[in-house]
Amino acid sequence: MELLNDLFFDYTLRTVAMGTAILGLVSGALGAFAFLRQQSLVGDAISHAALPGVVLAFMLTGLKGPLALMSGAAVAGIAGVLFVIAVTRLTRLKQDSALGIILSAFFGFGLMLLTFLQRNPDARQAGLNHFLFGQAATLLERDVMMMGVFGAAAVGLMLLFWKELKLLSFDRDFGASLGFPMTALEVLITLLLVIAIVIGLQAVGVILMSAMLVAPAAAARQWTDRLGVMVLLAALFGAAAGVVGTLLSSLGAGLSTGPVIVLCISVIALVSLLLAPNRGIVWTWLRNRRHAILATGLMGRG
Amino acid sequence: MSASLEIQLIAVTAATGCALVGVFLVLRSMAMMADAISHTVLLGIVLIFFIVQDLQSPWLLIGAAAMGLLTVSLVEALNRTKLVKQDAAIGLVFPALFSLAVILISRYARGVHLDVDMVIMGELALAPFDRVTIFGLDLPHALATLSAILLINIVFILVFYKELKLSTFDPALAAAFGFSPALLHYGLMALVSVTAVGAFDAVGAILVVALIVTPAASAYLLTDDLRKMLLLSVAIGAGSALAGYWLARLLDANIAGSMATMTGVVFLIVFVLAPQRGVLTQLRRQALQRWRFAQTMLIIHLLHHEGAPDAAVECRAEHLQAHLRWQPDFAAQVIRDAERSGAVHQERGLLRLTDHGRRLAEAAMVR
Amino acid sequence: MNTHLPVATTSAAIEVTDMTVAYGDKPVLWDVDLETPPGVLMAVVGPNGAGKTTLIKAILGLVPAAAGQVLIHGKPYHAQRQRVGYVPQRGSVDWDFPTSVLDVVMMGRYGRLGWFRRPGKAERDLAMQALEQVGMAEYAQRQISQLSGGQQQRVFLARALVQDADVYFMDEPFQGVDAMTERAIVDLLKGLRSAGKTVVVVHHDLQTVSEYFDWVTLLNVRCVASGPVSQVFTDENLRKTYGGRIAFVGRANNAEPTPGRISTPAPAIGV
Repeated sequence: MELLNDLFFDYTLRTVAMGTAILGLVSGALGAFAFLRQQSLVGDAISHAALPGVVLAFMLTGLKGPLALMSGAAVAGIAGVLFVIAVTRLTRLKQDSALGIILSAFFGFGLMLLTFLQRNPDARQAGLNHFLFGQAATLLERDVMMMGVFGAAAVGLMLLFWKELKLLSFDRDFGASLGFPMTALEVLITLLLVIAIVIGLQAVGVILMSAMLVAPAAAARQWTDRLGVMVLLAALFGAAAGVVGTLLSSLGAGLSTGPVIVLCISVIALVSLLLAPNRGIVWTWLRNRRHAILATGLMGRG
Repeated sequence: MSASLEIQLIAVTAATGCALVGVFLVLRSMAMMADAISHTVLLGIVLIFFIVQDLQSPWLLIGAAAMGLLTVSLVEALNRTKLVKQDAAIGLVFPALFSLAVILISRYARGVHLDVDMVIMGELALAPFDRVTIFGLDLPHALATLSAILLINIVFILVFYKELKLSTFDPALAAAFGFSPALLHYGLMALVSVTAVGAFDAVGAILVVALIVTPAASAYLLTDDLRKMLLLSVAIGAGSALAGYWLARLLDANIAGSMATMTGVVFLIVFVLAPQRGVLTQLRRQALQRWRFAQTMLIIHLLHHEGAPDAAVECRAEHLQAHLRWQPDFAAQVIRDAERSGAVHQERGLLRLTDHGRRLAEAAMVR
Repeated sequence: MNTHLPVATTSAAIEVTDMTVAYGDKPVLWDVDLETPPGVLMAVVGPNGAGKTTLIKAILGLVPAAAGQVLIHGKPYHAQRQRVGYVPQRGSVDWDFPTSVLDVVMMGRYGRLGWFRRPGKAERDLAMQALEQVGMAEYAQRQISQLSGGQQQRVFLARALVQDADVYFMDEPFQGVDAMTERAIVDLLKGLRSAGKTVVVVHHDLQTVSEYFDWVTLLNVRCVASGPVSQVFTDENLRKTYGGRIAFVGRANNAEPTPGRISTPAPAIGV
C-alpha cells in the first residue's frame, strides 16, 4: 500500500517508474518481432556489444549525458549486428557461433575499457558500472524524456510500417515478390531493436537486457493468435514488469534493478506458458488426459 | 613460482579446457548453449554455497554442473512444448536463472568472497592468494581445480573421440551404430558446465563464452580436420589468454576482459586473413571465379545457339553485352581470352566455337 | 537504354532469355531460354537440384541472376509486378505465426495497397471471395497453425487469387496435399487457364503431367525442352532430363499415363 502511495506522490520514484514503464513497453513491442523472426538471441548480442560503446562515448566526450551514452551504445550495437551478419554471410560459421563471438568479445573489450577507465578516480564516480546490471534509481527526468522521445519514435515507426513488417516476419519471399524492399525492412526492424535496447540499458543493464525482448513476447504469444494483440500484450507485460521490478528493488538496499525486472517478466512468462488457455502446458496436459480417459472409457465399454 | 607466472598458468589452463569443449559446441551449432550454461552455473554455486557455507567445497563444482545440465534440460523441454522456438527458449531460461542468482548474492551473500563484480569479471589477479597443498605441492586453488577439469576434458575427448566425431557430423549414423547421441550430448553438456564453473573463478561468468566459442570458431576457419581443429583451438585460446594477460598488465585493466578482447582480435585476423576461408581469399577467389564463370557462360551460350536460326543475332559481341549484362570492356576481354585459349574464333563479328570449345562447353553442361 | 534489348517481339506471357544463376561457384541454372504463350498451364519438371525453384525465384527477382532477362507480357518484370502472382513452397513459412487465415489471404492485396495503406473492407471482401473459391470460407477466422497441409496450400492459393494477376508462379502446390485438395487445385488451375491466365507450376509427379498440364518445361540446370506437352514430353526428352534413372513415364503421344512414378510423392496429409 505504502508502495503505491510512493508511486503517486514520490517524485523520484514516479520518474523512475515512468522510465521503466517506457523501456518495458518499447522492448516488449519490438521484441515481439524479433521473437517471431526467430532472432531472439540477436538482442543478447546487441546489448552486450553496446557496453564498449557506452564506455568509449564517455571516454571521448567526458559526458554522462543520456544522448552521448545512448549514441555510443547504439553505434556499438549496430557494429555488433553488422559483424554478426558479416560472419554468418562470409564464413561457414552458424549464427549461434557468430552471436557468441560478438557478444563475448565486445563485452570483454567494454569491460577492459571500463576497468582501465576506473583507474582514474574521476571516472569512478561516473557510475558506468550501472550499465552492467542497471540502476533505475539513477534515472533523471532528462533521461526519461530522452527515453520517451526515442521510444515513441521507435514504436511510431513500427506502427507506420506495420503491414510491411508483418509481411517480412511471416513470408519474406512473398513480400519481395510484391516489390517491397525486404532487406531495407530488415535493416529498419533491427535499428528499432537497437533503439529499444539502448533505451533499456540504464535501468536493466547490458547483461540482462535481452530478456526484456524475449520474455514479454514469449508470454504474450501464449494468450493470443493475433499479431496486433500479441504486440500490445507484450508491451503491457514489459511495462508491468518494469514498474513492478523497480518498486520491488527499491525495497531492498543495493539491489540492481536489472535482475529484479527480469525476474518479474520471467514469472509472467512462466505463468503464461503454464496457464494460458488453449496453448498453455497445463491446459494441454488436461486436454490430453481427458482424451486418454475418454479413450479408455470407450474401450472399457467396447 | 611468481604470482605473475601463476596467473598466466591459470589463464592458459582455463583457456585450454574451454577451447577443447568449444570445438564440439561450435560444430554442433550450440554456441549459445555455452552462453546459457556459463550464466546459470552461478545459481548452482550460490545454492550449494548456502548449504555448505564454504567457497572451497568441491560440492560447488558438482552443484554447478548439475545446474548446467538442468539448464540444458529446461531449454530442451521448453523447445519440445513447441510453445517457443529454440532461440527463445534459451533467451527465456538463462536470464531468469541468472537474475535469481545475482539477487540471491546481493541479498544474502554480501561480504563473503562471492560478489557480483567477481561474477562478471573474475578475480584472476587475486587467484594466487588462495592456495592449497596437493601432494606436498603448494598451488593456487584455481590452478588445482582447473588442472583437474582440464584433465577430465582431455580424458573424455580421448576416450569418446570416435563417438563424439561421429555423433557431431552424423547423429543418425551414430545412433544406428548404437552410440546414444543423447548420452554423448549430456556428457558433453556436463563437461561444458564443469569447465564453465572452473573458468568462472578465473574469468567470470560471461567471458567464459569468449574462451569457449571464439578460439574454436577461429580454428574452424583454419582447418577441416577435427584433430587439427582441437589443437588449433587450444593454441589460439592459450595464446589469446597470454596476450590478454600482458595487455591487461600494460593497461592496468581487467585481465578477463583483455583475454576476451584478444580472442576477438585473433578471430578478426583469422576472419580476414585465413588462407582458405578468409574474407580476402574469398574476394580474390570470387574475382577469379567471375572470370572463369564468364568464360564458361560464353561457350555454353554459343553452344546453345549454334546452328539455331537466331545464331546470327545471339552470337555477336554486342548481344552478349545486352543479354548477359556484361559491360562492353568486360565482354571484349572475355572474348579475347576465349579466343586466346582456342575455344572461340570470330568471323566477321560472328562468334563461333572451335571443336575444342565445343568439347569444353559440353563438359561444362554435363557436370 | 540498350537497343539490343528484346522488345516484345512475340506476344509471350513469359519470356526468359539467357537466364544464368550461380550460388557461389556452383551454377544452378545455365543459359535458360523460355517462351511461354499466354493462357497455358505449364509444368516445370526435372530431377532434384535441377533448379526448378531457382528458376521461379530468379524470374521473380528473389535470387540474383548472373545473366539474363525476364519479360512478362512484353515488359520487364519490375514494371509488371502487379500482373504477377506467386505461391511459395508451403514449408517456407512458419505456420505457428500469430495470424488468421483471412489475414494471410489479405496479404495478397498488399502489393496493390502499396506503402502504409492498411487493408480495409474492400480487401476483406476480396479475400472472402477467394477463400470461398478454394472452399475455405468457414476457416477465415482460424489461426493458421490449426490447418492441415492441404488447407494451408489452399490458403496460399487464395492469397494468390486475390493478387488478381495474369501470370502465376506456383512452387510445388501439390506437395504433401491430400487427394481431394489436389483435385480442387487442378480444377482451380484449369479455371485460371480458362480465364486467360498463364500458370507456371513446379511439379514433381511426372505421371500427372499430361493429365493436368498443356505445356511443359523440362529442366536440368539447363532447359532441356519447353513446349506443348504433346510435343516435348517425350521419352527422349525425359531421358535427357533425368539421365538413366527413368524406368516408365507417362508418354506424350499416348495420353494414358503409364504406371510408375519417378519421384516418391510425400505422404498425403488428411484434411
